[in-house]
Amino acid sequence: MGLPGTLPVLNQKVLEYAVKAGLALNAQIAPYSKFDRKQYFYPDLPKNYQISQYDLPIAEHGWLEIELVDADGSSRRKRIGVTRLHMEEDAGKLVHGGSDRLAGSTYSLVDYNRAGVPLVEIVSEPDLRSGQEAAEYAQEMRRIMRYLGVSDGNMQEGSLRCDVNISVRPVGTEKFGTKVEIKNMNSFNAIHRAIDYEIERQIEAIASGEKIVQETRLWDESSQRTFSMRIKEGSSDYRYFPEPDLGPIEVSQQQLVRWKADLPELPASKRRRYETEMGLSPYDARVMTDDRAMAEYFEATVAAGAGAKLAANWIMGDISAYLNNEKLAIDAIALKPEMLAEMVGLIESNTISNKIGKDILPELLTKGGSAKALVESKGLVQVSDPKVIEEAIDQVLAAHPDELEKYRGGKKNMAGFFVGQVMKQTGGKADPKLTNQLLMKKLEG
Amino acid sequence: MIDREQVHKVAHLARLDLSAGEEEQFTTQLNGILDYFEQLNELDTTHVQPTTRAIDVSNVARVDALQPSPEREQILESAPDRETNIQGDFFKVPKIMSAD
Repeated sequence: MGLPGTLPVLNQKVLEYAVKAGLALNAQIAPYSKFDRKQYFYPDLPKNYQISQYDLPIAEHGWLEIELVDADGSSRRKRIGVTRLHMEEDAGKLVHGGSDRLAGSTYSLVDYNRAGVPLVEIVSEPDLRSGQEAAEYAQEMRRIMRYLGVSDGNMQEGSLRCDVNISVRPVGTEKFGTKVEIKNMNSFNAIHRAIDYEIERQIEAIASGEKIVQETRLWDESSQRTFSMRIKEGSSDYRYFPEPDLGPIEVSQQQLVRWKADLPELPASKRRRYETEMGLSPYDARVMTDDRAMAEYFEATVAAGAGAKLAANWIMGDISAYLNNEKLAIDAIALKPEMLAEMVGLIESNTISNKIGKDILPELLTKGGSAKALVESKGLVQVSDPKVIEEAIDQVLAAHPDELEKYRGGKKNMAGFFVGQVMKQTGGKADPKLTNQLLMKKLEG
Repeated sequence: MIDREQVHKVAHLARLDLSAGEEEQFTTQLNGILDYFEQLNELDTTHVQPTTRAIDVSNVARVDALQPSPEREQILESAPDRETNIQGDFFKVPKIMSAD
């Protein structure tokens, strides 16, 4: 509620999460940190000050690495500096009545449910150069926080919020231009587009002789533009002073070592490893590492003997489609990584075709069990005996003399038709590679 | 030394509406307090670490456990005005921005 007179106590978990987030961002954890009061009058916080951290934040001087995958599949990596990470309390949520914006509203509504709820604020260095880079940075930040379990990162619900500052400068100059802050973006896509819009707006303004004024603008999703909030940025005077109701924080070296040991392998490291050690493409590595549970499922599948590329294809393809349709998490399905590895193994050893794999997958996804047993019980083992396949081919050719004549008359694209017929004849079980070879021989012969 | 202009500014930041007489009065009083604190400057603190508190206690924190909070309806009811709409239950407050 943030009621005046409320005595604050720091939640241990908040400190642990803040330190782990700092460590994951390669930041230096302050040996001595404290809280401060930021004074302001606004209805989102009834006690008229926000507990925050001013000059001694819990973590400083970090970085994270973003990977940008271009349309052609090539990727480039870039390190983005993290200035600081600090703990503070959230304020209430305001909804303005009588108008969709603050200016012009006749009254406001306040929901204090999140007032006093702890959060971490992370400030980045001015290293981002485009909407794409900023959106990727925000996504990587969310991935890291999700891997750590610090936040669910839901932007619609406000678990992850983001303000951006944008300035432009002439090519070749060092000094940054006047910055403009943008608020109200609640998706990564909105961040991307708001920044690109604002960059263009500022360039056009400067080109036509206007001056950029330091202000706060709001992103408007419906018109895809930024609007000035028309609030003068008075030099804010928050009169910070040390929070007398909370003691300082001293994270011991032993504690730091313990928390560091708790950190999971982070997405950037996984991406690197999947690309260099497992041979996945940058795109595949990115998809496989986006969600921690999926990455762990993939790794368990590979550890159980499946080839990485094939395992990734199955997870990204049919399995993901099933998860999306059924709104399920990957750790909630009956098909366990070991069984997926078994099925991938059957394909790799040519015991079943890829097609048969696709056919039996729905049953494995819903019922689980052994892929091998299922294949055997259904008699789906791939036919790799050349004699059996040749027999099927002979039957097909005998049954389609007209088509055969056309083929031999030069219509070479008829080959596909015959492959299809042989597959039909064998219930989809014929080894496709072998079928192709044998069929070609017969057709040409 | 602080002057009346600073008192006026601080009063504004604290949303206090002081009369001219009060501003004058508080300027004198606040200067008296500052003078009193000036006495501390007589001490040599060259080798003393800066601190923000008198008692040396760090890392006071509670466990992450739910605690009962006052009844929700009671809290909402104690506000001068409220509104419930599809977005939830809210306190209703007067217009935040003035027209200018």
